[in-house]
Amino acid sequence: MSLRFQRLLLILLTLVIILSAVLLILYNTRENVSYFYTPSEIDKSDIIVNKIIRIGGFVENDSFNKISSGSFKFKITDEKASILVTFEGILPDLFREGQGAVIEGAFVDKNIFNATNVFAKHDENYMPASIKEDLQNTGNWNKKYK
Amino acid sequence: MIFLVNPSKFNKVADYVFLPVLILSIILFSIGLIFAFYLSPDDYQQGSTVRIMYVHVPSAWLALLTYVIMSLYSIAGLAFRIPFGFIINTAVAPIGAVFTLICIISGSLWGKPMWGTWWVWDARLTSVAILFIIYVIIIFINLSFENRIVREKVVAIFILVGSVNLPIVKFSVDWWNTLHQPATISKLSKPSIDPSMMTPLIIMTFAFIMMGIAIAILRIKTEIISRKSYLS
Repeated sequence: MSLRFQRLLLILLTLVIILSAVLLILYNTRENVSYFYTPSEIDKSDIIVNKIIRIGGFVENDSFNKISSGSFKFKITDEKASILVTFEGILPDLFREGQGAVIEGAFVDKNIFNATNVFAKHDENYMPASIKEDLQNTGNWNKKYK
Repeated sequence: MIFLVNPSKFNKVADYVFLPVLILSIILFSIGLIFAFYLSPDDYQQGSTVRIMYVHVPSAWLALLTYVIMSLYSIAGLAFRIPFGFIINTAVAPIGAVFTLICIISGSLWGKPMWGTWWVWDARLTSVAILFIIYVIIIFINLSFENRIVREKVVAIFILVGSVNLPIVKFSVDWWNTLHQPATISKLSKPSIDPSMMTPLIIMTFAFIMMGIAIAILRIKTEIISRKSYLS
């Protein structure tokens, strides 16, 4: 085994060890690394009132209600569970029913979540606006795309 | 391909290649920007804001690509004792740092109208911020040692340790819940982007690559000249 090959092996081995160490740390702290919980990940019995967390999912269809100007009520869902959210403030442009959203705030009681921040989340699909109109005109528009 | 590891061969090839690459990059930037601003359509959800993608995504790709190149040359320098590897490391690090910064700034400008925030500490954004910090540290190490041989080795080792961050940047959107959306273009599946938007993205990517190569050639040549006394 030549010296060069030994050095190469040593470097690659070191990299593999460091990488596995980092991945083990990240895997074991994944609950803290994740930016938000989904509604079904939240155990109703484990809810800590007034603890600030983030919840991400879709805004449930037909759940959006305007209580007054600048005060809203809607449900965040991941199709398995949903959570009732109240929010006072300005919603991002992309925010609408069926759209992905991440909300930051705390539970005021076991069932109602009071959001202090609302972020809209968009997906990895990009499509020209004109194609959307074409698809809608021909009736091929997939509701999934909002 | 000897010119990729030998300074004097590199100088010769670089002299031939530099002007064509620079001209090509200017042409590609002109075409790409015309496409990005005028010929590409608005997105069905994001409207005109989607045009930020044509700067954001190429710079993100190149920030990662630059680091991959530095990692490969670090291995070449450390394991095979090729001094040209260390020359590349010194020359290329600021280029990668600038691409990362462009990516972060354009992403921030994109995040404000779309997500409703300039910055969040989700896995993708944080790992890219760490990538930027790693680049800055590499530049600082390059400036800090008196002894060239010690400095080169420390830089190369630091680059290799930092390369652990690359898969984390790439896969952060798949491994954890993030506000950042998952990758649009991956090898395994059909891209979920319309061809009319894919075209400017690809043109801009090549424009960025050519611009990166042009600046890299200048910086590598400077680095070679500054070391001439102890290389020959």
